Formats: sequence, C-alpha cells, structure tokens
Amino acid sequence: MKIHSRILSFLKYLSVITGSLIATVPILVVFIASFKSDSEFLDTNALKLPENFLNFKNYITAFIDGRMMIGFINTTLILVISLTGAILIGTMVAYVISRFDFKFKKVILAAFLLATLIPGVTTQVATFQIVESLGLFNTRLAAIILYLGTDIIAIYIFIQFMEGISISLDEAAMLEGASYIRIYGTIILPLVKPAIVTVMIIKGISIYNDFYIPFLYMPKKSLQVVSTSLFKFIGPYGSNWEIISAAIIIAIIPTLIIFLFLQKYIYNGFTAGSVK
Amino acid sequence: MKNLNYSAQRRILIICFLFVPIVLLCTFSFLPLGNMIYYSTLKWNGLSKHKVFIGFANYARLFSDSEYFSVFKVSLYYLAGSVIQLALALFFATILSFKIRGKNLFKGILFFPYLLNGVAIAFIFLFYFKGNGTLDSFLKFFGLEGLIQYWLKDVRWVNISMVFTSIWRYMGFNFIVFLGAIQSIDSQIFEAADIDGANKWHKFIYIILPSIKNILELNLILSVSGAISAFEIPYVMMGGSNGTRTFVIQTVQTAFVNGKLGLASAMAVVLLVIVLFVTIIQKIYFKHNGGNEL
Repeated sequence: MKIHSRILSFLKYLSVITGSLIATVPILVVFIASFKSDSEFLDTNALKLPENFLNFKNYITAFIDGRMMIGFINTTLILVISLTGAILIGTMVAYVISRFDFKFKKVILAAFLLATLIPGVTTQVATFQIVESLGLFNTRLAAIILYLGTDIIAIYIFIQFMEGISISLDEAAMLEGASYIRIYGTIILPLVKPAIVTVMIIKGISIYNDFYIPFLYMPKKSLQVVSTSLFKFIGPYGSNWEIISAAIIIAIIPTLIIFLFLQKYIYNGFTAGSVK
Repeated sequence: MKNLNYSAQRRILIICFLFVPIVLLCTFSFLPLGNMIYYSTLKWNGLSKHKVFIGFANYARLFSDSEYFSVFKVSLYYLAGSVIQLALALFFATILSFKIRGKNLFKGILFFPYLLNGVAIAFIFLFYFKGNGTLDSFLKFFGLEGLIQYWLKDVRWVNISMVFTSIWRYMGFNFIVFLGAIQSIDSQIFEAADIDGANKWHKFIYIILPSIKNILELNLILSVSGAISAFEIPYVMMGGSNGTRTFVIQTVQTAFVNGKLGLASAMAVVLLVIVLFVTIIQKIYFKHNGGNEL
C-alpha cells in the first residue's frame, strides 16, 4: 500500500511537470533565440543558450524597424476607448434591465442573447459591406465600434452583480431626492467595480489578442495593431527567426505582466464568463 | 432632470440608456445577418452594381462541388483534437484539485498559454515545427532522430501539427473551468468519502465526474462549433495551404480573394446554421437535464 501510493504520487508529479514543460518550453526556446545574433542562430542548436543574454539588438530591430511601436500605440488607443465604451454601455443596459420593468424588456434581452449565438467570424462577409458603406474601412473606429458592439457576457456579469445590490440603497437615495441618473452614477457604478474589473480583463485580453478584425478592417500600415504588426514579420524577415522571436516576446510581455499581477481576477473572470 | 417626477425620469432613462446599444446591436449583428442571407442568393463580387439573383444556386454548388465540401474533413481533425483537449483538461484539473505541492505555480503555467496572442502562438509553433526547430532539436537531444518528420510540409502531419497547436492554446481554458467546478464541490463530501475508505479513483468516478458532468458536456458541445470555426492558427501558420484550409479560411478567401461574395455568404449561412443547431441542441438538452445554467 505504501509503495503503491508512492508510485501514484510520483506519477502525479511526473504528469504535471511534463504538462508544464510542454506548456513552457515552446515559449522558452523562442526566448532563447531572441538573444542570438544571426550567425549564432544559424550555427547553434535551438536548445543552446545564447552567448549573451544582454544582446538586445533583435529587440531593437523588431521594435523600431518592424514598426511594432505603432502597433502598441494603436492597440492602446483602441483598448482604452472600446473598454470605456463597453463598460459604459454594459452597465447602462444592465442598470435599466435590473432596476426597471418595461414593455419590451424580455424582447431586448433575448435580442442580445440571440446576437451572441451568431458567431462573429461567419457574418464578417456582410459586416464588411456595412463598415465600408459607413466610411469606417481603414479607420480605428471600425475596430472600436465592432468591439463596442454588444456582448451579452459583459451585460450578464453586470446584471448578476447589480441584482446583488439591495434596492433599498436606491430607495434611500430616492428619499433624499436623487435622480435615477445620479443613483446610477454615484451608487451603482462604484459598487459594481469588481464586475468592471472582471469585464475589463476578459474583454481587454480578447481585444489585445484579436487578429481578425484589425486584419480585415484596418490593413493600412499606419493602423496596424500588435497582432497585425507581428503578422507582418513573416514576409520581410522570412527566415530571420532571431528577429521574429524578439517580436514574439515583445508581443507576449504585456500579457505576462498583466497575468502576474492580476492572476486572481483573471481566474475568477474566466470562470465567471464561461457559465453564460 | 431633478425636477421631473420619477416615472418621467424612468421613461427618459430607459430610452437614453438603451438607444445606443440597440442601434449598435441592430447595425452590427442583425443587419449583417439579414444581408448575408440576401447575398447568399446572389451572384455578386461585392463591389459592382451588377447583382444577379440566382436563388439557391450557391447552396447547390456548395454541396456538389467537392472543393468546397472537402474542407469539412479538416474539421474532423479539430474535432478529434477537442476531445483530447477536454480529456487533458479534466486530467490536470483532477490532479490539481488533490493535494499537491506547487499547485498555484502549475495552475498558472497550464493556464497561461490561453492568454497569449494568437499570432504569437502561431509563430511560436512555426518555430517549433520547422526543420531544425524546437521539436526536431529535442528529438535529436534524446537520440530520436528517426522520428523526425516534415511536420508542416508533409500532408499527413500538417493538420496534426495544427491541432496540436490548437490544443496547446485552448486546453488551459477548459482546465481552469473544470478546476473551478471541482473546487466548488462541498469538501465534506470528500471527507465523508475518506472515512468510507474511498481511494482517489473512486473519488474521481463517484464524486468529481457526476458533479461536473454538466460543465463537461457543455464544453464538449461547444467544441463542435469551435472545431468548425477554426481559423487563426491554420491561417497565420500556413495561409490555409497544404491541405490546412478550414471552412472559415475557405469562406474568407472566397469572399475577399476570389470576389465571390454570394457564394461566400452561402458558406457563412451554412456555418451559422450548424453552429445554431449545435447551440439549440445544447439548450434543449440542458433544460431536460435541469442544468444549472442562467
């Protein structure tokens, strides 16, 4: 029995460690490659450590010549505007739905739900025509407005949260003569902060990682985001893997930082968002 | 606003707060949907004023032309991949729900790939599978040169490589959802099982599996739509070449490269119908099983 449980325990650690290695090694090898000079890269095995871990030449090339800077500026702009908008819209819809009863409430909620059942990738063919006819093609507004669009997951998270806030708070404010809009702004919004953080993380990560929408709607060079600027590396730097590796690491670093600092929120966010 | 009575305020607020979201919803969700169905009956390149109504001809072509239909075979790879992915996720979630040292570290490492940028992942795995890349170097390191293949050039291997990448990317998500579900099981149940002398296998079969059955099935059904709409990894890594073309890549190319918007719309409608069908089955199924969904 003792030996039996030892073997089990060994297998347990073996499998978890193997899994972790498979998850990390592909990234680590790219990390190693990003510090090698071009001749060093060609001559050495992919697993061999670089001669100089302080060789940032590839990073400079990737960031400056590869124009990743523009990518970061555009991504940040799009992120800030669409996150602010999405949170405003999401909390507004959730406030109205969780606090008031009105005629078409059920229909409206069903419409939002139905819209999420339509997979975005499929309707792009037709969405493209609309974006173009609105004159939004090749503008940042195209991505912003499509991200703002409306996702039920954010609305659901807000509704759930607001239903947990006692109506007596609203009523007390009303007794003091506060308007509804004031109640929304000074009572509800501050109280849903945790839900706002959750939505910001889920939506922020998906916007940062999105490739399809900027690729389709913002092909102009000056409008490239992190994903699309990274995508451009495969052509001109074809076989210069040490430079492409640096670009990959540059694109990953913000995600790693966010993950390390907000781990707990991220886990909660994704488990909450999944039970739609 | 202060001077208005509450019922007038309420009416104004409902309209103001819902106006923008509903306009966005109609313009970017329902209008494209309607247009897409309309376009699917046209012969049209998307640009010219010349549109010809051809009824169901696009659909007929889709189901008769093997070039358009064969992409579904590629989906089967992804479908098989999702089953492996869910099994792995369940395996790791179970192990990490038991007592284990370094739990948080392992949890973080296994989940992290899910957060990464898709293009970055595609490039990491181009490097991984290329000749003399990460995989080949490891095989050499362990003296297994004989196993080296043209992972991306050989048609027998390329889709397996794509699916491997896809599992690497998405497993962490299922894992974290399963782990959350297992950890929400009342710990008293496990304690009671301990008293009854249950081993870990018993706990898995009789406690864990039944209590996360719903979430497991939900994820299994969702993976069907996931498998059919696979796009990013095969597109960025291979451009859809060498037999890696999925249904979505085919649709995008038909629309924006070949300029056959009518045909592409018909393809998108077919995809939509499949996904909706799967979702509806899931909803009905969960209602019958009294799933604890919202």
